Amino acid sequence: MTGPALILVLAVAVLFAAGFHMLMQRSLIRVVVGFMLLGHGANVLLLLAGGAAGSPPLIGERSERPMADPLPQAMVLTAIVITFGVTAFLLALAFRSRVLLGEDEVRDDVEDRQVHAARRRRESRAGGRDYADGRDPIEDYTEWEDAEQEDFSQVDIAHDPARRDDTGSRGRGLKGFGRADGGTGGGTDRGTGRGTDRGTGGGTDGA
Amino acid sequence: MNVLVPLPFVLPLLGAALTMISRRRETWLRVLAPLTVTAALAAAGGLMAAVARDGVIAVQIGGWTAPLGITLVADRLSALLLVVSIGVLLAIMLHAVAEGAGGLGGHEPGVFYPAYLTLTAGVALIFLAGDLFNLFVAFEIMLASSYVLMTLTPTAERVQAGMTYTVVSLMSSILFIAAIGLTYAATGSVNFADLSLRVAELPEGTRTALGLLFLVVFGIKGAIAPMHLWLPDSYPTALTRVTAVFAALLTKAAIYALIRVETLLFPRDQLSWIMLVLAAATMLIGTLGALTHDDIHRIFSFILVGHIGYMLFGLGLFSVAGLTGAVLYLVHHIVVQGALFLVSDLMQGRTGETSLRRLGGLARMSSFIAVLFFIPAMSVSGVPPTSGFIAKLALFQAGLGEDRFLAYAVTGVAVLVSLLTLMAMMRIWTLGFWRPRPKEAGEPPAASSYTRASTRLMGTVTAVLVVGGLVIALVAGPLASWSSLAAADLLDPSAYRGAVLDGGSP
Repeated sequence: MTGPALILVLAVAVLFAAGFHMLMQRSLIRVVVGFMLLGHGANVLLLLAGGAAGSPPLIGERSERPMADPLPQAMVLTAIVITFGVTAFLLALAFRSRVLLGEDEVRDDVEDRQVHAARRRRESRAGGRDYADGRDPIEDYTEWEDAEQEDFSQVDIAHDPARRDDTGSRGRGLKGFGRADGGTGGGTDRGTGRGTDRGTGGGTDGA
Repeated sequence: MNVLVPLPFVLPLLGAALTMISRRRETWLRVLAPLTVTAALAAAGGLMAAVARDGVIAVQIGGWTAPLGITLVADRLSALLLVVSIGVLLAIMLHAVAEGAGGLGGHEPGVFYPAYLTLTAGVALIFLAGDLFNLFVAFEIMLASSYVLMTLTPTAERVQAGMTYTVVSLMSSILFIAAIGLTYAATGSVNFADLSLRVAELPEGTRTALGLLFLVVFGIKGAIAPMHLWLPDSYPTALTRVTAVFAALLTKAAIYALIRVETLLFPRDQLSWIMLVLAAATMLIGTLGALTHDDIHRIFSFILVGHIGYMLFGLGLFSVAGLTGAVLYLVHHIVVQGALFLVSDLMQGRTGETSLRRLGGLARMSSFIAVLFFIPAMSVSGVPPTSGFIAKLALFQAGLGEDRFLAYAVTGVAVLVSLLTLMAMMRIWTLGFWRPRPKEAGEPPAASSYTRASTRLMGTVTAVLVVGGLVIALVAGPLASWSSLAAADLLDPSAYRGAVLDGGSP
């Protein structure tokens, strides 16, 4: 009896390992596949929990062998149905994500982008500033502050929940990156153009 | 009275089916859905009265006897939480009805109402479930409808956040099945009452391992510190009233499940210190996160994470006093967190902004919103005489009553975190309400897309929820004695066991 059981245990281990590996990929379709593998792993585990295989647990059935435990089987059926339904939903979501974002990748979230912007600012402050070039360090600093604020406000808008006109939000967050990159360019422009800037979805980028 | 037990779960499910059939008739939906939830609330209230009279009530669905069949159990804890959660669900649904009546039909009412009712059914079943697997199914019902609600009117950000949310929840659900499988393999049962007997025979190591596995499962679902990362990313992107439901109930349902599973099944000594440490970490990380953020929805989401720590603290003490505090905190937080998000919806509706950088002058614009924000903000910070103060007081007393260094230390952290919460709330108050409107702010939406009546109705609903938070403080005496009885039942499950295994009639 240990033979098949051991194989099943190994199968559970492999399914879980592969599933978690796939879950951590950036491509959504791989995430979905990872979830399916995990679901299978969990279902096999549940089946294993019922103990050794036996004769069918039917009323009126007589057999020499001990009966199989019907409870985990019932649970596995339920779990399979749930996993199936949720997988369909995930696929739909991945598809919608592809339609809306034009890509199958999981993008950096707001927090990541904020941390990124803050780090860029720190780096630029720490190294590479040469006062001999005649630039006012204070101005330089505020310029960066400003660039970062602008970046944040872009992120916030992109993030803003309900009642938001969705047109043009695609790629808006990513534009924030470009802005931080080119931050030393047009600092003055940015201070005044903030109001209109928002409406056009970063159209004045790089001005 | 047994027929009352499944009703809070069955009625919303029926309502979901009916609303799905009539999804094209919006007026129908707006009448039918709140009526269903009201009926469920009445059933839950009746159930609470019945539990007060008869003690634990168990129902064996389909007449299969206890350890084999599906058991629904209503005890003091579940009856109390049922009433509170369905009440909050009703308030938020009325808010949605008010919003929809204002002609803002863009949020797919034909999807919203059925999904919302299914969510209600799932929440009710979580509180009533008498075995692990049914608990899992209940969570799936709740989460599956929450996935739909989360991605309602899908925008790019919402889909991305919804994906994060869905994948993380699913992963915890997979771990949940795995934990159930392992528990069944170890004990041969999934029924809570039966398990509480059988786990006693397990080796200590197995019990601790299973307990930790469940801690991870519900830790992910309930946003406990190192596993909370998904929450502040995904919650703020949904429609605000959806976020209000999620913040009020989803994490709290997970905490309820954690309380149920860990008290009934597992040894306390090893888990206690882990939980206390996690509680302190959750409190600190959540509230400090709230202090650094700029978007009010994100701030409230971090506050939510921080305050999960308080409930975990109460559970981690594993004493009647601690659990009483945890139950009180659950009740208080369900109401107050829902109110906070509804108020933030009003703030956003009035100014068109959610960023503290551009909010301002709200106190001048609408003193009504200012008062509505101020009360739950004080409550969540634990300022007397609000419900937050009472819940926190119970927890602090429990923490100091324990003669352990760790309990003292975590109580200290909890006091500090109360102050930090107050600071976060004052930040919103000074920046959003008191200071004059900053220049960066765009023009406030002069004539909002809502009609006057619907704005007034939304304000009224929010006010009702805010007043609900105050009522908790008013009835603190009876509530505390009810909670301590519930806590005593949790630590000594003999009544629970008796009702399920012996007295349960079909």
